[in-house]
Amino acid sequence: MIAFLFAPLVVLVVNSFNASRFGGEWDGFTWSWYEKLWAADEVWESLVITLKIAVSASLASMLLGTLAAYTLHRFRSGLQSAHSMLITLPLVMPDILMGMSLLALFVLTGVETGLLTIWIAHVTFCLSFVTMVVLGRLQDFDFTLIDAARDLGATRTQAVKKVLLPLVLPGVVAGGLLAFTLSIDDYVITFFVSGPGTTTLPLRIASMMRTSRSLPVINALSTLLIASTFLLAALSFRLQYPLRSGNSES
Amino acid sequence: MISRSPSSTQWLLTLPSLAWLGLFFVIPAILIVVTAFRSVDFHGGVGAGWTMENIVALRDPAWLPIAWRTLALSAATTFICLALALPMTFHMARVGPRLRQILLLLVVIPFLSNFLIRIFAWKSLLHPEGPLTNLLVSLRLVPEGALLLNNVGAVLLVMIYTQLPFAILPLYAAAEKFDFSLLDAARDLGAGPWRSFAKVFVPGVRRGLISAAVMVFVCSLGQYVIPQMVGGASDEMIGSKIAQRVFADRNLPQASTLAAALMLAVLVPMFVAAAWQRFGRKEAAS
Repeated sequence: MIAFLFAPLVVLVVNSFNASRFGGEWDGFTWSWYEKLWAADEVWESLVITLKIAVSASLASMLLGTLAAYTLHRFRSGLQSAHSMLITLPLVMPDILMGMSLLALFVLTGVETGLLTIWIAHVTFCLSFVTMVVLGRLQDFDFTLIDAARDLGATRTQAVKKVLLPLVLPGVVAGGLLAFTLSIDDYVITFFVSGPGTTTLPLRIASMMRTSRSLPVINALSTLLIASTFLLAALSFRLQYPLRSGNSES
Repeated sequence: MISRSPSSTQWLLTLPSLAWLGLFFVIPAILIVVTAFRSVDFHGGVGAGWTMENIVALRDPAWLPIAWRTLALSAATTFICLALALPMTFHMARVGPRLRQILLLLVVIPFLSNFLIRIFAWKSLLHPEGPLTNLLVSLRLVPEGALLLNNVGAVLLVMIYTQLPFAILPLYAAAEKFDFSLLDAARDLGAGPWRSFAKVFVPGVRRGLISAAVMVFVCSLGQYVIPQMVGGASDEMIGSKIAQRVFADRNLPQASTLAAALMLAVLVPMFVAAAWQRFGRKEAAS
């Protein structure tokens, strides 16, 4: 099963070094696709746009998501049930519907599509994921620790800052990293709300896929992207499950 | 400090995320339904008038095969994903914590790598001059010049590949909580391994099974990139038509009508599942 999950990715990585154009057989090792990729300025421009959006969208969704997770965890009320439903629904909404509905909003309100609209869309779909990750972390948090800090003379702000924040921060960062990966990865929603001059990396890859000349270059680009995803995933995983990773702190 | 009726602090803290989702999730969803009743503006926008035309146009019998294909492909994807994920999570939940963590990471990583790249990977794997075709031809499993790409089988394969983690993760979460000593009990009472898997484990992870099924089914319903990239001209799903209406025809009201229909198709299984889960809880409580 793991082989089924990884085989296509392995083929991509191997082919990125393959001199043969379609990768049917091994025609010898080459760096030339990477050289072509290095020379493709439009790819790097797209990367810059993608990173700009990913960083700003993950920061905003970290803020909104952490606050949402805190209120969901701390309060029990009709408001929070509605809040919880609103947070969960985007998780199961197909991308095309989210993209389509945001496009309808922007067209009807006369907002020109561009960087801002992509950012709004990305914050919207990242928000729920961040909330879920932080909420998971909060559920492991023992709130009597706050009471203990208060009993020991800490003010409310101090208790939150010195006790709650350090213990929840790894969850927040993990949520932010997830948001970052989701934002970099998104194609469908971005496609709907992008405008002229805002070709993000996935949009660029999609347009490269239409011209067969650049196919091997996509292999090289994919290999680099897969490698960075691996690093990010490992980092996020470490942050999310620090206690279970072998040391007996718990 | 758990308050029953929301205090002003609670309102204040909840407002940012609530307002954001209200503005950029709820209102857009409502707008889709509203736009479905608007007339077409030939400049690619939305006309001023109100009309039932878009809804009436849905009765065109040409939509039937597309709707049918969307439902059938999504159902098949859901079924196969669950059939693959069930035994997998069963074993994952039983191995040691260290190996379990590694397995979980291995499942998640391909899922985190770019969606387009994963489709592209399959596209080059299934390419007529690609490695898989060469292998199958040399093993004489398929005739020379067989086309693995641009057919409904390729669409189904890639849909399963991309949706499998959506099935594994909720199922794994349920399997992790499952009390495996129940299986020993079942075996002591004379049930075979298969019987105890089907009669004890599967009902035991029912909640995870339902959320996995809904997740995969709903996500599959909205697919359009996969049929566009690895499918043939006759493998279009409803999502393909929505994208076509938006980008090729610049007909937003017509696209909204289709999107509203899709939204209905998404919400119905979700509410059925939610009701089912609640029913199960009540049953367990009584």
